[in-house]
Amino acid sequence: MLIRRPTDILPSEITSEHAYLQRREWLKQAASMGLIAGLPAFAAGDALAQGSRLAGVKPNPAWQLPDEKLNKAEEFKSYCNFYEFGTDKTDPPAYAKSLKTRPWTVAVEGEVLKPKVFDIDDLFKLAPLEERVYRFRCVEAWSMVVPWVGYSLSALINQVQPKGNAKYVEFVTLADKAQMPGLRSSVIDWPYNEALRLDEAMHPLTLLTLGAYGEMLPNQNGAPVRMVIPWKYGFKGAKSIVKIRFVEKEPRTAWMKAGPSEYGFFSNVNPTVDHPRWSQGSERRLGEFGKRKTLMFNGYGEQVSSLYSGMDLKKFF
Amino acid sequence: MAVSLNPTGAPHHTWRNPANATVQRCKWALIALGLLPLARLVAGHPLGWLGANPIEFVTRSTGTWTLVGLAITLSITPLRKLLNWPWLLRLRRTAGLLAFFYACLHFTTYVWFDRFFDWPDIVRDVVKRPFITIGFAAFVLLIPLAITSNNNLIKRVGAARWQKLHRTVYLIAVLAVVHYWWLVKKDITQPAIYAVVFALLLGLRLLWWLRAG
Repeated sequence: MLIRRPTDILPSEITSEHAYLQRREWLKQAASMGLIAGLPAFAAGDALAQGSRLAGVKPNPAWQLPDEKLNKAEEFKSYCNFYEFGTDKTDPPAYAKSLKTRPWTVAVEGEVLKPKVFDIDDLFKLAPLEERVYRFRCVEAWSMVVPWVGYSLSALINQVQPKGNAKYVEFVTLADKAQMPGLRSSVIDWPYNEALRLDEAMHPLTLLTLGAYGEMLPNQNGAPVRMVIPWKYGFKGAKSIVKIRFVEKEPRTAWMKAGPSEYGFFSNVNPTVDHPRWSQGSERRLGEFGKRKTLMFNGYGEQVSSLYSGMDLKKFF
Repeated sequence: MAVSLNPTGAPHHTWRNPANATVQRCKWALIALGLLPLARLVAGHPLGWLGANPIEFVTRSTGTWTLVGLAITLSITPLRKLLNWPWLLRLRRTAGLLAFFYACLHFTTYVWFDRFFDWPDIVRDVVKRPFITIGFAAFVLLIPLAITSNNNLIKRVGAARWQKLHRTVYLIAVLAVVHYWWLVKKDITQPAIYAVVFALLLGLRLLWWLRAG
C-alpha cells in the first residue's frame, strides 16, 4: 500500500526529465553562442567550480618535497576514491561533474564558543592560501605526491574557539542522492564522516584544502573543500565537507563502522601494522614501475610522532 | 542420435548437428574472442587505456577474465543439455585452457610486477594472507587439469579417472570467487555476481545428479 504523506511533491511541481535535459542542452548552446558571457551571475555556479586558477597562492617553503617528483595532475584527477560517486577509481571522474559546489556552506558547530556557518567564499579568504607538496598514501597501498592548496585547519579552529570539553573534531561529507549516484549503494553508512583528535586537528600539517595543482579542487577530488592529513591514510581526509563538529567523545567514523577490525580511528601510515588482508610495508607510487618502502607516518614522523608518545600503535591503529 | 539425410542423401546440418567444419570455426572464433582481452591490455598500455595504475588494471583484468573463462567452461555442459547441442562439448577444452591462460597471466602479474620475484616475500604472502592463499591454491589446482587436457593423456589416465580429476574445477570455481570476495575493500557487488553465476552452474549439476539418484 502506498501511504501518501502531506509532504509529497505535487506531480505538477516535478520537472520533467525532458525539460531537465533541455536545460542542459540550452546551457550548452548558450555557451557556444557566447551568451553565458553576458550572464555572469548565472554562470557562476557551474563555471567557478572547476579548473579555475587560484590567484595569490604562495608556496609554503617549509612544506615542499624537492627530492620527490610530483604526480601528474591527470593521474590525480583520474584515479580517485570517492564512494559517493561509485566504488571504482574511474567512477568519480565520470560522475562527479554534476556536483554543484556553489552555493556551498560549511557549518562549524558543537563544543565551540563561536559556532558559525561559513560560506565557501569566506573560507577562501579566511587565511592566506599556501601551496604545500605532500605525500599522499592510500590505505590500499598506492601513493602520490600532490601540490595541495589551502591553509592549516588551526586557522579556522582558532576562529570558532573550542570549549574545554572539545576533544575531537568530526568532518561530515555531503550526502545528496540527487547529485551522488554512489549513495544508492549501502557500502558506507552515509553520510561519510571522519574525525581527528583536537591536537591532531590543530597540528600545522593538517590542511584545510581548497585546491590542488594551482586550481580549485576538481569535483572528483572532494571539491569545494576537503581535509588532507599527510601522515594518515588518505581516507582520513573527508571530502566535500558540509559540517565540522567539535565533540567530547571519539566519533565512530564511516570506515570504522564499515570494517571495525580493518580500520581504526587513528589510521596513521605505519609500515609495521598491516591491514588484516594486505601488507602496508610497501606501496606503489603512481607512475612508477617498482614499489617503494612505506615510511613511518608517511615520512612525517619528525613532525607528528610526539602526538602519539607512549601509545601502542599496534593497538591504536 | 541418427543423422537425418536430405533428399540428395547428404547429411542435413542444423545447429543441433553442425558440420565438422562449423564446429572448428566456432572453436577458432572462441580462441579469437578469448584473446581480445589480452589484446586490449597489450594495446592499452601505449594508448593509455589502463589508467593511472596500469599494473593494478592488468592484475584485475586478468583475474576477471580467468573467472569469465571458468564460467564459460562450466556453462558448456548445462547448455549442451538444455539446448540438446551435443557438439558444444568440443568447445569445452578450448574454454578451459583460455581460463588457465588468463590464470597464468594473473599469477605472473602478481609474481613479477607486484612482488618482483621476491620469493621469500611471496611465500610469506601466500601463508599469511588468506585471499592470496586461496587464489594460489586455485591456481595450483588448475595446473593438473591443464596438463591433462589432451587426448593422449585422457587415454593414458582413463576416462573415468580423468573425469574424476576434472571435477576439481568445481572446487576451483568456489576458491576463485572467495579469492575475489576477500580482496575487495568493501563493495562486494562484483564478486557477488560471480558467486551467483557459479552457484547456478553448480546447482544445476547438483540437481541433475540428485535426479539421476
